[in-house]
Amino acid sequence: MTDNKTIAAISTAQGEGGVGVIRISGTEAIAIADRVFQNINNRRLTELKGYTAAYGKIISDGEELDEAVALVFRAPHSYTGEDVVELSCHGGVYITQQVLRAVLSAGAAPAAAGEFTKRAFLNGKMDLTEAEAVIDIISAKNRSAARAALCVRDGALRKRIEQVKDNLLALAAHLSAWADYPEEDIAEVTDEMILTACTTAEQDLEKLLATYDSGQAVKRGIDTVIAGRPNVGKSTLMNLLSGYEKSIVTEIPGTTRDVVEDTVVAGDVLLRLSDTAGLRDTADKVEQIGVDRAKKKLEQCGLLLAVFDNSRALEDFDYHLLETAKTVPTVAIINKTDLPNQLDVNTISNYIDNIVYISAATGEGKDELISAIARLAGTSELNPSEGILSNERQRANVSAALQAIKEAKAALQMGLTFDAVTVTLEDAISELLEMTGEKASDEILDKVFHNFCVGK
Amino acid sequence: MTYFAGTYDVAVIGAGHAGIEAALAAARLGCHTAIFTINLDAVGNCPCNPSIGGTAKGHLVRELDALGGEMGKTADACFLQSRMLNRGKGPAVHSLRAQIDRRKYSDTMKHKLELQENLELRQAEITDIEPQDGGYLLTTQMLAQYFCKTVVVATGTYLGGRIYVGEVSYESGPDGMFPATKLSLSLKKLGLPLRRFKTGTPARILRRSIDFSDLEVQKGDEPPQPFSYETESLGENKVDCHISWTNDRTKQIILDNIHRSPLYAGRIEGVGPRYCPSFEDKVMRFSDKPRHQLFIEPCGENTEEMYMQGMSSSLPEEVQLKFYRTIKGLENCVIMRPAYAIEYDCVDPTAMNATLEFKDFPNLYGAGQFNGSSGYEEAAAQGFVAGVNAALKVLEKEPLVLTRDNSYIGTLVDDLVTKGANEPYRMMTSRSEYRLLLRQDNADERLTPTGYAIGLISEERYQKFLQKQEQKKAEIKRLKSTTIAPSEALNALLVSRETSEITTGIRLIDLLKRPQLDYACLAPFDTERPKLEANLFEQVEIEIKYEGYIQKQQKQVEQMKKLETKALPTDFDYKELKGLRLEAQEKLNKIKPLNIGQASRISGVSPADISVLLIWLAANKGN
Repeated sequence: MTDNKTIAAISTAQGEGGVGVIRISGTEAIAIADRVFQNINNRRLTELKGYTAAYGKIISDGEELDEAVALVFRAPHSYTGEDVVELSCHGGVYITQQVLRAVLSAGAAPAAAGEFTKRAFLNGKMDLTEAEAVIDIISAKNRSAARAALCVRDGALRKRIEQVKDNLLALAAHLSAWADYPEEDIAEVTDEMILTACTTAEQDLEKLLATYDSGQAVKRGIDTVIAGRPNVGKSTLMNLLSGYEKSIVTEIPGTTRDVVEDTVVAGDVLLRLSDTAGLRDTADKVEQIGVDRAKKKLEQCGLLLAVFDNSRALEDFDYHLLETAKTVPTVAIINKTDLPNQLDVNTISNYIDNIVYISAATGEGKDELISAIARLAGTSELNPSEGILSNERQRANVSAALQAIKEAKAALQMGLTFDAVTVTLEDAISELLEMTGEKASDEILDKVFHNFCVGK
Repeated sequence: MTYFAGTYDVAVIGAGHAGIEAALAAARLGCHTAIFTINLDAVGNCPCNPSIGGTAKGHLVRELDALGGEMGKTADACFLQSRMLNRGKGPAVHSLRAQIDRRKYSDTMKHKLELQENLELRQAEITDIEPQDGGYLLTTQMLAQYFCKTVVVATGTYLGGRIYVGEVSYESGPDGMFPATKLSLSLKKLGLPLRRFKTGTPARILRRSIDFSDLEVQKGDEPPQPFSYETESLGENKVDCHISWTNDRTKQIILDNIHRSPLYAGRIEGVGPRYCPSFEDKVMRFSDKPRHQLFIEPCGENTEEMYMQGMSSSLPEEVQLKFYRTIKGLENCVIMRPAYAIEYDCVDPTAMNATLEFKDFPNLYGAGQFNGSSGYEEAAAQGFVAGVNAALKVLEKEPLVLTRDNSYIGTLVDDLVTKGANEPYRMMTSRSEYRLLLRQDNADERLTPTGYAIGLISEERYQKFLQKQEQKKAEIKRLKSTTIAPSEALNALLVSRETSEITTGIRLIDLLKRPQLDYACLAPFDTERPKLEANLFEQVEIEIKYEGYIQKQQKQVEQMKKLETKALPTDFDYKELKGLRLEAQEKLNKIKPLNIGQASRISGVSPADISVLLIWLAANKGN
């Protein structure tokens, strides 16, 4: 049950805070930390003894992310009983997230909630009284929830899962009766029956999966990029959304030289905003770095706010932006509506469905913008009482079930026999059963710790 | 006055399908073995359907044969008609079933027992079993006493048997045999958890009284396939079966007389199987179904008795005659033996471990209907496991434990000892989570090495098996390295099979991967094909076509194996483990699973309980 994966997570509360701590635990913890941490005195973290601290920089892709202090713990003298490194950097959502990402790309796996505590427990860092407390929490839940879900505490979600599961179970039962009683007078199972049931399940599960992204959007925020030609009003827009001045706003194109980050709440949606440098190639080396970063950021974002200047006609850069918009969820923002129209909005509407008119300077159109964002993030259709997927494990189960159903359909369409289709359907069912806690597997303990927030 | 009559290594009580396999295996492993039966004329009797095999049961027979059991060979020797069921539904559910001559089957088995070295076949009712010096003292009704190091109880429906036909009820074994009336008491006194199950059989009807002219005929496969890997060929099918249907009038007679059914009147307390209901059960439970199918099967070549599959009943004889006569073809039928229900004593199988030895009674084993199963094949499979393990125990060797991932037999045993049986347990393909691995075609590959290791597969057969495995490897290699050039004829075949044409050369293996194609249709293009046995081609083709699925199931097996490596102690009182729910504590204490994998399959042990167990295991690591 203790796997050898080295795990990492932000272990301070998310949000604004003085210091953010990224904790890495596992046999590779020190080596991984060493890959992202550059000690000021050039000594490798791997050479450090336990209980020592080092001051240095976090480096990612050759760039410095932040200054940080690395605390090295050697097994078994650490919280988890494994090798542990804690990287303390400047607080703030963005920086801490970036440092975590760097650690993950250096080889760590994201820790599930409660996983540090679980490891501490399994490595004997808790005494039996504490262990019994853990058991008590589990069994209390167990009693109250009877057979119920370990991970699907939300009854509405269970209902949705059960609906899909029941339909699949009915089909699987029919298939096995048909196979086990070939001479009984049992209705033939036809390709159409399986296809219909699979397609329904597929749609239901896809819908459910979509709630995960929306649910995540609510919980964690969406990586959002504000992009547009220099001086189109991006920084003003960012300030409008965040409510205070963050970017340096001037009338000179190219003033914003770097990706500026902030977290803002737009309606129900948390946006992790980055205001990018204008998208233009430039001879100014410093500015070019900013432009390159902005482009990279753009390709990876979850939401694009493409800003256009109402008072000016479309230019090359705008067309580039429109091309990008085809691949990313985008809201087109026509800024400067207080100025006379020169912009070809029809062309924009060929690329982008969601168009909002605002005047970032006056704040006009802000509400429309927020509702457009909510619509795009799927949160306007998100009714938590309908049951949503709220964690990575649920998502993994649903997506594995969906995958199995797709395989079953594919097998059918390829002309494979029903026995192969049946075992694939049963895979889907057991994934769904696992969600509602009806199947024991090695994952169960992880789920318990994941869902019952024991320890830190 | 009792007298001491001898000593045995292994004693088997009952010479039905379970007892036969147990006794033969033990004797062949070199143990001095006795097999007791109430009536020598009832050895290997088939008191219900005159057929062996069927869905999942056919798998059991083939597995048994691959391990060195006897049922498959004898069924082949007595076959009347053979069919591979579920052709077209996929290789995992292909199941062989043979109609057999039941008298011939019984005689053949009896003769095999008689000829077996180390084995003594005796007509005697065992009336008492008493622990003695680590073994058991068996007493017969003739007051002979035998000291037996190990005992296999395989009493079938004889144990405390009681027959019901309407208002008539009397103590009896199957087919008019005497029941074993005293042994139940002795087993109870010993402390075995006995309970009552029930089963039933339809009437046997005189062939001459049936009008077959309007009935649908069911023929056997040509050529029929044998069960045993050692049977070369079966010859031709010897009989036909027929199909008829019940109707509204049949139903009405049942409804008018249901109060006379001992089950509905509450006179039977035993639990019957849901999947093999009496005809009145079918009518009552599926009242909207206007008609039910029945199969008319001959009981042998030298008899006019016909078996009415699907029409078992415990209604009075006069009612039986009435409703049988409403059925097309049976209008003037003559009943030779009436249908009846039989209630019998059996044991809660969770009292045993996977070797089929009782946890609390060392050297005592159970098999067959006594263990709560139903069916000749299920019985034979358990008999083999129990007999082999009793012998291995005597020989002080490691026990044989078959697993869910290597066989249906392992699945059957694990289900019985882990989940228990609330009704007579019947094997079904859907009981196996690994059914694409556990196919009837590859039983030899899965189990013959085990049979050889135990000592029940001859050197000659094993060498033949190894040679076949080599040939198989070579054939797969050949398919991978042989390329077929496109030709008009080949493309015409591909088009006719609704699969895409080829423009460049293609490997044979890639053609065989296509679900629309098979070995047979590719023969004209595969000119270098070696001459090999049909079963080998079958295995190769399935492995190629279902490669992805087979690999996936193998991964699932590995996952389960991980859970099975987490061993649980068998001497722990789970009541001490606070956090487990009461039901889980009780079930775990009763079953004493050997590992987390087994624990997770116990009904009533929830995933949260498993978590508690895992935590407890982790917390106690090193203690």
